[in-house]
Amino acid sequence: MIQKGKISNGVNALVLRAAGINCDVETQYALELAGCQAQRIHINRIIESPDILDTFQILVIPGGFSYGDDVAAGKILANQIIHHLSDRLNAFIESGKIVLGICNGFQVLVKTGILGKIEPSGRQQITITYNDSGKFEDRWVYLEPSGRKCIFIDPDRRIYLPIAHGEGKVVFENNEVLERLKADGRIVFRYVDENGNTGPFPINPNGSTDSIAGLCDSTGRVLGLMPHPERFVRHTQHPHWTRLNDKTRADGRTIFDNAIKYVKQNLL
Amino acid sequence: MKQWRFEVFDRPGTCACATTGAGSDDVHGRGVHQDIKELGIDTIQEVQSARVFLIDPAPSDNSVLNIGRCGVEGDFDADFAKRLAGELLADPVCENFHIGRSSAPAGLAKATVIEIHLKSGVTDPVAESVMTAIDDMGKKCQAVRTARKYILFGEISEKQLKKIIRRLSNDCIEVVVIGTDAEPPNPHLAPYKLKLKTIDITKLNESQLEQLSKKMDLFLNTIEVKTIQNYYKTLGREPTDVELETLAQTWSEHCVHKTLKSSIDLDFNGQKIHFDNLIKDTVFKATKQLDKPWCISVFKDNAGVIEFDETDAVCFKVETHNHPSALDPYGGAATGIGGVLRDPMGTGLGAKPIANTDIFCFAEPDKSFDEIPRGVLHPKRIMKGVVAGVRDYGNRMGIPTVNGAIFFDDRYLGNPLVFCGNIGIMPKDKCFGKAQSGDLVMVIGGRTGRDGIHGATFSSGALTGEHETAFSHAVQIGNAITEKKMLDTLLQARQQKLYNAITDCGAGGLSSAVGEMGASLGAEVDLEKVPLKYAGLSYTEIWISEAQERMVIAVKPENLQRISKIFSDENVEATVIGRFTNDKKLTLKYQGMQVGQINMDFLHNGLPKYSRKACWHSKNLTEPVLEKKENYNDELLKILSSYNVASKEWVIRQYDHEVQGGSVVKPLGGIANDGPNDAAVIQPKSNSDKGIAIGCGLNPFYGDIDPYWMALAGIDEAIRNIICVGARPDRIALLDNFCWADCKKEETLGSLVRSAQACFDGAVGFGAPFISGKDSLNNNFLCDDGTEISIPATLLISAIGLVDDVKKCVTMDAKSAGNLLFMVGLTKNELGGSHYYKIQNQLGANVPKTDIKTAAAAAEKIHRAIDAGLIISCHDCSEGGLAVALAEMAFAGGFGIHADLKGLPKTSDCAAPATQLFSESCSRYIVEVKPENYNDFAKLMLGVPFGQIGKITEQKRFIVKDAAGKKVIDIEIDKLKDAWQKPLKW
Repeated sequence: MIQKGKISNGVNALVLRAAGINCDVETQYALELAGCQAQRIHINRIIESPDILDTFQILVIPGGFSYGDDVAAGKILANQIIHHLSDRLNAFIESGKIVLGICNGFQVLVKTGILGKIEPSGRQQITITYNDSGKFEDRWVYLEPSGRKCIFIDPDRRIYLPIAHGEGKVVFENNEVLERLKADGRIVFRYVDENGNTGPFPINPNGSTDSIAGLCDSTGRVLGLMPHPERFVRHTQHPHWTRLNDKTRADGRTIFDNAIKYVKQNLL
Repeated sequence: MKQWRFEVFDRPGTCACATTGAGSDDVHGRGVHQDIKELGIDTIQEVQSARVFLIDPAPSDNSVLNIGRCGVEGDFDADFAKRLAGELLADPVCENFHIGRSSAPAGLAKATVIEIHLKSGVTDPVAESVMTAIDDMGKKCQAVRTARKYILFGEISEKQLKKIIRRLSNDCIEVVVIGTDAEPPNPHLAPYKLKLKTIDITKLNESQLEQLSKKMDLFLNTIEVKTIQNYYKTLGREPTDVELETLAQTWSEHCVHKTLKSSIDLDFNGQKIHFDNLIKDTVFKATKQLDKPWCISVFKDNAGVIEFDETDAVCFKVETHNHPSALDPYGGAATGIGGVLRDPMGTGLGAKPIANTDIFCFAEPDKSFDEIPRGVLHPKRIMKGVVAGVRDYGNRMGIPTVNGAIFFDDRYLGNPLVFCGNIGIMPKDKCFGKAQSGDLVMVIGGRTGRDGIHGATFSSGALTGEHETAFSHAVQIGNAITEKKMLDTLLQARQQKLYNAITDCGAGGLSSAVGEMGASLGAEVDLEKVPLKYAGLSYTEIWISEAQERMVIAVKPENLQRISKIFSDENVEATVIGRFTNDKKLTLKYQGMQVGQINMDFLHNGLPKYSRKACWHSKNLTEPVLEKKENYNDELLKILSSYNVASKEWVIRQYDHEVQGGSVVKPLGGIANDGPNDAAVIQPKSNSDKGIAIGCGLNPFYGDIDPYWMALAGIDEAIRNIICVGARPDRIALLDNFCWADCKKEETLGSLVRSAQACFDGAVGFGAPFISGKDSLNNNFLCDDGTEISIPATLLISAIGLVDDVKKCVTMDAKSAGNLLFMVGLTKNELGGSHYYKIQNQLGANVPKTDIKTAAAAAEKIHRAIDAGLIISCHDCSEGGLAVALAEMAFAGGFGIHADLKGLPKTSDCAAPATQLFSESCSRYIVEVKPENYNDFAKLMLGVPFGQIGKITEQKRFIVKDAAGKKVIDIEIDKLKDAWQKPLKW
């Protein structure tokens, strides 16, 4: 249920919970650090009373292993959303609100079709599958932004974030899908090295097509990405912060800061 | 009714490997192909994998359904089957599906088809999720089963196929179907009909009693069965089967640790020493004597609890899961982590798990198959399986795995050791719980099945080649998401104070959980109320099943409605199965009939007290005479490449070590995020800079010389590790895990006793109390030919320490050229059990002997210097000695080091360069200090041995000069790093 006391007149974010979602607490913290009110709410409550969504301007589907990633990562939760919430979620997006899917959340957004479909076919033509390495990997990667459509990013800032997944390889039905995404400016992040060049493993940690790490929808208000911005909102979360001076910016903050800035400027 | 069969294959061309641009798309097929190649079979050209789903739709008439799911829509048609396959089971972009049974593709090389199905009753998490998803699609199904299908292309012999099957499947839990025509096994669903079983024991003689214990797999010895016999003689009746099983489980070594609690007479080099109760007189005694006010609950609950800050406490428990991991590495390790998580969750009123630690002992992985005895899995397979099990369970639970170690020695061939640990946090006012009479007994989480029956008793015996088949039922299968859901809801119920006590269903299942919670009250349980995975379980099986992901709570009747809603709101099953009474009896009923009743007092206090004999005679060992070398480059490279020292990055990266966002010092660090940090630091509360450091120490090689010094070295190392990153020396608590071989042998028990004595001395000397522990004995394997493989004496010491300000933590990587390097601590002529000797197949005699007083003083001073910001990096000097520690600092930081042994603080018998380079003397730290802080640092170190041993350089070489100025090591750091990374880069 909504905690009434935790609703502000300003920006309110909903962090989705479901069986196996496990990054909800730190995602809530990252949002609060960036200056909004955030609540973690179980999907069962939203299915019971979908009006809950009206209270919030930001929806975040955090990382984890929803339903154990059984069948395929994010698949069962995506199926649940398709069959119980798809109209409400589409209305949420159409009303100008914003959605962020991190890791498992990205997989869910792709597999619901929200990020996985390409007009005009209306079919899911994008998916996320097993890493080339065949195993789960936790490592830090550099991300090069691409385009200016996505409201969550600083278009000129290369950022450093951790990934932690076994199924993060973005693939397409065919090459036209990729070209279409490029033309629409829907590619948000690519895996690069510290100088901004793409390359093989481990620079591209999962073998993702065209080194894609994140995608947005055609409005730029729905972002899905495999790396975890909520895991780098404090200096001491950097993997070798003991080598750096205190001024290092926590790169993950930009995603949440921009989200809140956007809501303040456009939705309040 | 029709059963639908679906096969899902990778769609060629959609996900070609981006990095190589070649090879099969099918990642799993490729992995299996690799595994087959590792078996030495090179005739297989390709492996294709598929996922198989067998789905029974619910009948239109839903009256037949009795297990929870009632159908609204019946049997589904071909259109729905197609939707199901296309929308749910197969990925629309990168997979193809086939409805029905596909035949092997023609035209290619000879194809062999194998399908691996789970045995009836084995937990199938995917099947459960598919059922939920079909619900979401508006249809119902009665049963879902999943399988893996592999098509092997290429000629193979019958024998090779057998070998492949043995590699890909596990007899304990799986059935393999070969060929396309064979039928998969049918699940058995025959309902159970109550038939009360009593066992006649009162008239049996001693040998008949022994036979009975053996036949029923009770693992009770003669004195124990006789004690039980006498109890029933006085009652004037025979026991029921469930009563005997309850007693066997409660009295098992695994549950009551009778060896460690027994009275022991030790003969130590002719000197007689008596212990009334070994563990109480050593490990517990130290804790009692230290009497630290910050110890909240020690050795009483499922985990030891210490104060964290004004409002919260942390608890820590490390368990072993050795026997199950030997039979099923993946499932054994997964349930190991699943089980230890329920320890903090079941401590006090329940803690939230915040960090995992995992330590494994395996045989060296590069064995040929001919060296593997029957009934034993290949060590490489065990290692891969164990790592995957910990990975899949820990990652799914969302708990960072931040600390660990892997130790290789061939004596772990038959008995690999798997230590799983967990740390939890909870408010200080939730550290204690107690069931009240009248409270309801509620079981929550997973359903009960046949899994894990006799786990507790089986874990208490030795393993043999027969165990693979005889004890397959002792293997348990986990489902992390069931546990995660349970955790999410329990924390809500705890906050609302809706239950009075909680404990986990671990070894011994409900029998152990309810038996313990009601020990001082009494309890009555209606066994038919326990929710089951499938029909057919007898009342005894229900009671002793060790099915995973279950916990028991005590709930006041007036809170039942509120707490039930919390669980049902998030699809967690919770069922009242009985109540706590005040008759001091454990009463078991099935469908109203009493099937067992035991006095709680007899159950918990009836176990006869043991007295044992132990002996330890110091070994008569000598130091080897090794030739002096011009330089020691090759030796250093060889040690860096030895399995115990080599990088464990392949393992660490498979664990999520950053979830929850609190990992401040991660397992890997340095300029390229791949250096070996000494210990982990986590920051459990986002609004506080306080942290927890976690480290461990274990070195069985020292135990081969002297178990006493091994134990002290373990304590010293665990403490040293967390001091290195910035922990406070005055707030360190320890855990012990004793894994020993057959302790019925006096010599083996003697080595355990010596280690326990060292635990007392070490804990008192360092002022670091033990707060929890666990033992696993009988880790020996009987081969068919009668030879016995016994593990070396293995003591794992885990240390947990407080960090006042995580922003002051330091790591081990060299930070900046020009900075000075110091050795703090004394280097002695102590190469006994060292890796320098190991690579030359020597053991030696001079085992490192911890000087506790100096060690404690050094820890204190290092801490003060870190706190004052005088130390830039700090590295523990352990396996491989000074040379390895310096090399690691250099390549982790991406700098060179010029070391000069002239300044090394050492004893007079330590003149040889090899000794100085590779001695593994305890209590030594290498620290990096800025030149401008030299004076302040030196002032602080007065009173402990320390000396400057070199400086950090831009030139990327590691150079060591001996006291005479001669170069004894000179290697590029990239070469060192490569040697260190190569062995386990799988």
